[in-house]
Amino acid sequence: MSEIESYTINFGPQHPAAHGVLRLVLELDGETIQKADPHIGLLHRATEKLAESKPYNQSIGYMDRLDYVSMMCNEHGYVLAIEKLLGIEAPIRAQYIRVMFDEITRVLNHLMWLGAHGLDIGAMTVFLYCFREREDLMDCYEAVSGTRMHATYYRPGGVFRDLPDTMPKYQYSKFRSKKDVDRLNSIREGSLLDFIEAFTDKFPSCVDEYETLLTDNRIWKQRTVNIGVVSAERALQLGFSGPMLRGSGVEWDLRKKQPYEVYDQVDFDIPVGTHGDCYDRYLVRIEEMRQSNRIIRQCVDWLRENPGPVMLDDRKVVPPTRIEMKDDMESLIHHFKLFTEGYCVPEGEAYAAIEHPKGEFGVYIVSDGANKPYRVKIRAPGFAHLSAMSEMVEGHMLADVVAIIGTQDIVFGEVDR
Amino acid sequence: MTDRHETLAARIEERFGEQAKRIASSCGELTIEVDKDDLLTVAIALRNEPDFGFEMLMDVCGVDYLHYGDVEWTTSSATETGFSRGVEQKPVILDEADEFDARRFAAVYHLLSLRHNTRLRMRVFTGTGNPPIIRSVVDIWNSANWFEREAFDLYGILFEGHPDLRRILTDYGFIGHPFRKDFPLIGNVEVSYDADKGRVAYQPVSIEPRTLVPRVIRDDNRYDEQLRNTDNE
Repeated sequence: MSEIESYTINFGPQHPAAHGVLRLVLELDGETIQKADPHIGLLHRATEKLAESKPYNQSIGYMDRLDYVSMMCNEHGYVLAIEKLLGIEAPIRAQYIRVMFDEITRVLNHLMWLGAHGLDIGAMTVFLYCFREREDLMDCYEAVSGTRMHATYYRPGGVFRDLPDTMPKYQYSKFRSKKDVDRLNSIREGSLLDFIEAFTDKFPSCVDEYETLLTDNRIWKQRTVNIGVVSAERALQLGFSGPMLRGSGVEWDLRKKQPYEVYDQVDFDIPVGTHGDCYDRYLVRIEEMRQSNRIIRQCVDWLRENPGPVMLDDRKVVPPTRIEMKDDMESLIHHFKLFTEGYCVPEGEAYAAIEHPKGEFGVYIVSDGANKPYRVKIRAPGFAHLSAMSEMVEGHMLADVVAIIGTQDIVFGEVDR
Repeated sequence: MTDRHETLAARIEERFGEQAKRIASSCGELTIEVDKDDLLTVAIALRNEPDFGFEMLMDVCGVDYLHYGDVEWTTSSATETGFSRGVEQKPVILDEADEFDARRFAAVYHLLSLRHNTRLRMRVFTGTGNPPIIRSVVDIWNSANWFEREAFDLYGILFEGHPDLRRILTDYGFIGHPFRKDFPLIGNVEVSYDADKGRVAYQPVSIEPRTLVPRVIRDDNRYDEQLRNTDNE
């Protein structure tokens, strides 16, 4: 009888289910995986080293490009670390705006995850459903920052500007009928807050639609139940965070346990799984979308009633407005200094962690008192999750690798940095 | 938060004494500095003893303190013609040195205790040896695996006892440790497709290094503790 040997196959980096540029070297015994060795770094851009060579504010844009499906949350971690070092705090209205956009971002991220995860393991429709709602949230980004994705909206000391009174509208063109354009614009007549409120009204029923497609779907359950099981103990040992940790039954959410901004003012629940398999993590993320919707709604209500400044009034950190700059010598000097040199941050080190849609996103900044950070380290949740890939796929079938990559919610922008 | 940190700091001092030196912090975070010989004993105690209970290692991060506190651009005299925006490059300090400054390379560990809801930062300097070596904590916290590989790749810090210390983020066959402060931002080589050879070829970089905003340190009185206190009074 001939000897059966295990053989090695190469998965990616150009593979539609690799969520970017993951190269996996898989050792197989038949169709069962014995070992997986992820090769990462194909998207390494040395963000941290680049940040060391630029004044603090110029690196905010790089943060958007880390995890490019949850842009503002990355900015939030970075901005919080700087604020911690400077010893400043954003005005209360800016904090509510940040929380609202963090949650919008969480929904954006989970929609992207759900669509891609579904598509990976054979559910085509849910992808189209998710992208329909993502489009509306992208419009919120556009209204507030001018760009659909890479917003650079959070700044040390607050947010770039207050919420706009008008929404960008679709224009008539030969590609879209007048009726269509009018329908799309009908919900965009009011302010941004009106638009977001309308979204929060309809979104729970959208989540119901996704659940109708997946939650009790026999194929979906066959592909996810008991796949990639991680015990709570292992999850802690492997440095998991976010839905990956909660899916294993550990009740840990930085928004509740170490609240930042105004998370202690809003009301929401933390969903926790029991089995630690792909299906539980799916349920956790679905419930998180509903909870995010609740938070967004509470923020909208608060923001409607409480106008106020969205930026700190500290000219040593925050540049003056255009009008002030043209009018006042002192402001002109501040403007010039802030844009040619930036602000110096007192010597010290700070680690700011936020509950990113994917887990704990931490930014560790070492400052030696200069106008540029001495060292920036980005603790990306996906990096820790992907390092557990080998352990999670061991003993599973080849097709389950795709389900496990999906459930880890890997985005290479943040893993490779 | 601060009270909890004070209790923890007191416990650490009582338990470890000289082994863990506390570093003063302005942002309400607790940092201890541990000698590299004591790393494993302190780490095991921090993880296992119920007083500390740091069951999670969130991050391991290499730091190169080579240019700490240095500025790129200083002038002591006025000029008639104006200063150039460019900054002269400092001479490169070769990695082949026999030994480094004892406080050049450090590994920084961020620990998290779910039980006590506290964080702790632990800094370990690698000492003077070249290459810098410290003990690996993979057996204590498995999450250290890739973080240590990353610190090795980017800073050349060797982690003794690591099961699989390979490069992780840089290219296959990469030379040097790119996050060291003496490694140029523009890198040493660039790649392009060579049609004659029919493959991707490496060649020395053709771009010039430039500094758009020089690094300066302003002694900002706003952050001076003593002045702050007099202000309030």
